[in-house]
Amino acid sequence: MGNKLKNYDSIVIGGGIIGAACAYELQQRGQKVLVIDANTPGTGATAACMGHVVVMDDSPSMLQFSSYSRKLWSELCPQLPENCEDIMCGTMWVAEDEEELEEARKKMDLYESAGVECELLSSSGLAKHEPNLKSGLAGALRVKGDRVVYPTNVVRYLLRNIKVLSNSQVVDISENEVKVENGDKYFAQHIIVAAGVLTAKLLGLPLIPKKGHLVITERYPNFANHQIIELGYIKKAHSATSDSTAFNIQPRKTGQMIIGSSREFSGYDKGINKKLLSEMLERASYFMPGIRKLKALRVWTGLRPATEDGVPYIGYLKNKKVFVCAGHEGLGITTSLASAKMIAAQVFGEDTEIDNQPYCPERLYRGAVSV
Amino acid sequence: MNVKINGNDYPFIEGSTVAALIMSSDLVTTGLSVKGKPRAPLCGMGICHECRVTIDGLEYERSCMVLCRDGMEIEIT
Repeated sequence: MGNKLKNYDSIVIGGGIIGAACAYELQQRGQKVLVIDANTPGTGATAACMGHVVVMDDSPSMLQFSSYSRKLWSELCPQLPENCEDIMCGTMWVAEDEEELEEARKKMDLYESAGVECELLSSSGLAKHEPNLKSGLAGALRVKGDRVVYPTNVVRYLLRNIKVLSNSQVVDISENEVKVENGDKYFAQHIIVAAGVLTAKLLGLPLIPKKGHLVITERYPNFANHQIIELGYIKKAHSATSDSTAFNIQPRKTGQMIIGSSREFSGYDKGINKKLLSEMLERASYFMPGIRKLKALRVWTGLRPATEDGVPYIGYLKNKKVFVCAGHEGLGITTSLASAKMIAAQVFGEDTEIDNQPYCPERLYRGAVSV
Repeated sequence: MNVKINGNDYPFIEGSTVAALIMSSDLVTTGLSVKGKPRAPLCGMGICHECRVTIDGLEYERSCMVLCRDGMEIEIT
């Protein structure tokens, strides 16, 4: 192959939802883009996750970031093919007791301040929407505009007109050059590293894999009508060291249910932890007793790429002269489109639509490989 | 000895699976796929999931893994 064929405007390393969104955005803006994936695009954390597009309010910047990104999804979704399984089922944040309902009220105020439509439901109001939940719950916050997609097929769609180099492990990155395992080199004006947990190895940026389990069932249409999550989820998800489970169920377009969730610190091991899995299903059955009668088809795990401060790396890493877009933890599908806009703006030297300072990868760069 | 399939009586030979009974009856198929295509038992060993029916109120039972029992109620949609 002559060098001409190996020259691109941008090379994106990693073809998960984050890399695919970046590549798509840059291509839409007229660039010639190459995506290099160590395996097959969309088969890592992207294939293992729930595909929940959800507004989160962990911090004011996260609220702004996720609601902006959800808006981008609502623009993209109408053009997605059927196999992307888009449904706008909304999210039901369930409050177990009065204390959690108070939290739901605060959440509602925050969401409304960001222009995110939602409503507070009483115990009976919740039961009407979700009759399979246990009785006696205090209520819920219903966020109507949240949705569910099938991320692997979204990746296929986003990359459909983009050159992809699969099964190619990147071994070296310098300013305008990427070297893969077999010795081939590819050249570009801009290099964007979006390799999930592997970004740590490639750039020496600290990332912590947080393993999660999911279970998918046979088809039980309307068993759950919203993505239902216990409000306690947020507290548990932020624990930095200890394993946890929280109730989270999602209806798929096929009528199947996906049941989660767990968070576990076990390095890069993707094995199934039966104890944690049964704890997770126990928690889910506590909220939805009927789950015990559903038939599970498969269980799998995936690794959420988490940063130390819970904020993704999106931006230019001066020391390595590359862009980084990684570390989205459990919110990668939601925030992929906004992340891509942010990267594209910086590639073109423009101001980003939302403040990019909190996401600057320099903040945690220590220069040493930490794998 | 009979099982009921969609309310009708079907005699069976002791030891036969529900899938074997369905295949040897006038029914043959075990329902329709999501896209409306007829399905029928294929592997006969619990792997392919093509033979799923409702047995005694339990949805998605693999009929090749269940032996017929007198009075059993089977539903094929």
